[in-house]
Amino acid sequence: MNRPIRRVSAVLALLLLALIANITIIQVFRAPDYRDRPGNQRQLLAQYDRERGPILVAADPAARSIETGDTLRYKRVYSNGPLYAPVTGFYSLVYGATGLERTENRILNGSSDLLFVDRTKQLFAGRQIQGGAVSTTINDRAQQAAFRGLGAKTGAVVAIEPSTGRILASVQSPSFDPNLLSSHNPAEIRAYYEKLSADPKKPLLNRPLVGLNPPGSTFKLVVTAAALASGEYTAETLLPGPKTYTLPNSTKELNNWTGKACSASGMISLKDALAISCNTAFAWLGNQLGAEALRNQSELMGFNTSFQIPLRAARSTFPEDPDAPQTALSSIGQFEVRATALQMAMVAAAIGNKGVTMNPYLVQEIRGPDLSILQTTLPSVFKQAMTPAHAASETDMMVNVVNNGTGSNARIPGVAVAGKTGTAQTGNERPSIAWFVAFAPANNPQVAVAVMIEEAGTSEISGNGLAAPIAKRVIEAVLLDSKTNLR
Amino acid sequence: MAFQNVPTRQPNRRTTELLLIIGAWVLGVAAAVQIGWATGEGMTVPMWITVTIIGVLAIAMHVVVRIRASYADPILLPVATLLTVLGLVMIYRIDVAASLRAERNNAPPPTPDVYAQLTWFAVAVLLFVATIILVSDHRRLQRFTFTFGLLGLVALVLPLVPVIGNTVNGATLWVRVFGLSFQPAEAAKILLTIFFAGYLVTKRDSLALVRTKIFGIGFPRPKDLGPILVAWLVSVAVLVFEHDLGTSLLFFGLFVFMLYIATQRRSWLILGGTLFVLGATAAYFAFAHVRIRVDIWWDPWGDPNNTGYQLVQSLYGLASGGMFGSGLGQGYPDFVPFANTDFIVAALGEELGLTGLCALLLLYGVLVERGIRTAIAVRDSFGQLLAVGLSLTLALQVFVIIGGVTRLIPLTGLTTPFLSYGGSSLVANWVIIALLIRISDRARRPDVYVPSVDEALTQVVRKV
Repeated sequence: MNRPIRRVSAVLALLLLALIANITIIQVFRAPDYRDRPGNQRQLLAQYDRERGPILVAADPAARSIETGDTLRYKRVYSNGPLYAPVTGFYSLVYGATGLERTENRILNGSSDLLFVDRTKQLFAGRQIQGGAVSTTINDRAQQAAFRGLGAKTGAVVAIEPSTGRILASVQSPSFDPNLLSSHNPAEIRAYYEKLSADPKKPLLNRPLVGLNPPGSTFKLVVTAAALASGEYTAETLLPGPKTYTLPNSTKELNNWTGKACSASGMISLKDALAISCNTAFAWLGNQLGAEALRNQSELMGFNTSFQIPLRAARSTFPEDPDAPQTALSSIGQFEVRATALQMAMVAAAIGNKGVTMNPYLVQEIRGPDLSILQTTLPSVFKQAMTPAHAASETDMMVNVVNNGTGSNARIPGVAVAGKTGTAQTGNERPSIAWFVAFAPANNPQVAVAVMIEEAGTSEISGNGLAAPIAKRVIEAVLLDSKTNLR
Repeated sequence: MAFQNVPTRQPNRRTTELLLIIGAWVLGVAAAVQIGWATGEGMTVPMWITVTIIGVLAIAMHVVVRIRASYADPILLPVATLLTVLGLVMIYRIDVAASLRAERNNAPPPTPDVYAQLTWFAVAVLLFVATIILVSDHRRLQRFTFTFGLLGLVALVLPLVPVIGNTVNGATLWVRVFGLSFQPAEAAKILLTIFFAGYLVTKRDSLALVRTKIFGIGFPRPKDLGPILVAWLVSVAVLVFEHDLGTSLLFFGLFVFMLYIATQRRSWLILGGTLFVLGATAAYFAFAHVRIRVDIWWDPWGDPNNTGYQLVQSLYGLASGGMFGSGLGQGYPDFVPFANTDFIVAALGEELGLTGLCALLLLYGVLVERGIRTAIAVRDSFGQLLAVGLSLTLALQVFVIIGGVTRLIPLTGLTTPFLSYGGSSLVANWVIIALLIRISDRARRPDVYVPSVDEALTQVVRKV
């Protein structure tokens, strides 16, 4: 009987191998998929079981974890939820995480390799693993100023430190309260989330980083930079600025926002054309330079690139292959030109920073649970967008916009503010978008800011009227802050 | 005869066995300490008493084996001890999880299962010792072949007897007498294995006779089909009336394999396989509970919060364990329903990972391999069939339940031998170990040769 016994034991060995192969498939190959299935509470509970690190604005936590004493041991609380929501995002039982909560999750939950030493220490001390902290680049005063400035309007503000690319403010309106999405009550979370989702103003949209809109006249800054770069134009070069500009190969006409010619003579200098935001002159100029030159200039300033700051910002776009009339429209920031507030702040920052576009970033430092610095983000150059001389020239033109042109509401006594207004049509029937981009002080800018307000009036004045005062408040907040710091 | 007067002192490996048992015990203590540390429970006095009792019980079994079965296989006892200890550890772990959960919900603390299981272990040890002592020679069991067969059948149908029968979770496999409940199927498993072995030893020649050839393979005469049909019908009956898919599968598989081993005829495997496919297909279409099991297996996420819940939770547990596991006391094993019975492997897989589960499966592999080795080594046919049958019950049961919990095959309720919480199963499996030890003692005993009944007769004939 030994032969059949051996055969049967071979079959049993095969069964054993089948079991081992099967658990290997489950525990190794399918495990990542199973772990992420929505019905699997384990990952979530494990995450709620350790103290998640704080997200810091300066020294104060914008987000932190507090002990609850219930099944989910820690709860996420946001000290000023709506203010910092576009930065922190939320950390929800039901809807996962967004913002820095998502991108810096491995730091905050303590699983990052950067925290290896801390983890080991905690393990040996027999303590619960604690997450690391994330210090943001946010300037609290600037953030508050922008938030208060936006008030009930729908829009976004981004402020950047031109020399580094540090994001000083990133504000949206309407915002939401991440506390209500990060509670431990799924029913409450769902109700709030559904209410937010249904809101036509889209409070869950991260407007400063992913809200794409035509930049309107603020895009003339890019055209101006391209004109200077071509070597054929200076601030004083005269451009034709008639009452209407007939689009090439077409009968359609483009008007100035004033409805008049840009000057009595019909000719206007580049500097003045920028100051009064002369559409006909820039439409003509754009076609002289060509779409290629405009696209190149825009790309040097960050268009057509998707930045991760580390939140993923939307890619601002300059159209692929516009014909002559489309190029003319693109030159005044219409047609298919789309930009985020972050992008327009980067344009201003590049001009202010002697023509150097910096990579924008939101995380200043990664810190251990004891707040010791583990990693510091170093500023990095994205592209040299302009020569320093051209940048200086364009800066002068932008100061002129504020002092003598459309950007009067951004004036700050004793401070040279460089700015540009913009109003963009988003469609025939829809309300326009008001823009204001600026940096200050002009000769050594501490801050570049872009303010975008949706559902503004239809006039070019709205950029100055609605957006410029907010930009001014943000600039003042940063300048005041740097003065205080110097003292 | 030469071998009768060779008094060589062959090593009997009892000291190896003792050291391995101590090793298993130390591992268990370490695991308990780890759980105490990780869950913040610490090592309580009852836990120290528990581990001490476990140690004493294990050593007691060793002493009995040393005295009464001194040439027994030295691996069987330590491996079974280690598996039992791991089971106790995991049951304790799940007790802790349950009490922590109750604490959080301000509920009254649940009764821990580990002490009940410890008591059952003590009963198992008593039966183990009784089996070793009472069954001084396994061949004596052969005399009661039909008695065991009858008892086995009675045990199988016992849960269907009105007053004492008891249905738990849809399966009628419990008997409750005087407040004590047990699963007679576990006893039936052993009784019927003895019956199969005894029956097949006497009938194997006629069963091996070939009459009809179909496709070049010889098939048995219709009148010899009786036993396999009876086994099949019994299995189907268990399935139909007791809703116990696992036991049904186990018995039929066991019988077919033993029939094949006894007769060496592959035709029995083909017949058995065909009957299995027929029975399984009919059962799928005829019984909702079978259909549900198969559907869950096919797509557990089809109904993840209801019928598929157990399996889905089991897979989540295994997945969260990954390669090395969360560590004892650091996972969420209590998320899986029935974590300390049917799904104990999922709980172990979560906390010990793939590494731990592979080690566990290899322990079972070693156990079965030692059983089969015993079967090959023992000289009498009954002993061979019995040892192989007992090893098969273990192996098949492990495959059916672990395969079910890990979604290799449809899930059928069976306990995981030695690990699962439940007295009948633990006691029955320890009796299996006792029988295997008894047979292996005979197989490995070098100096005394006691002729079996058959062979004694042969010798008589020769002398005449």
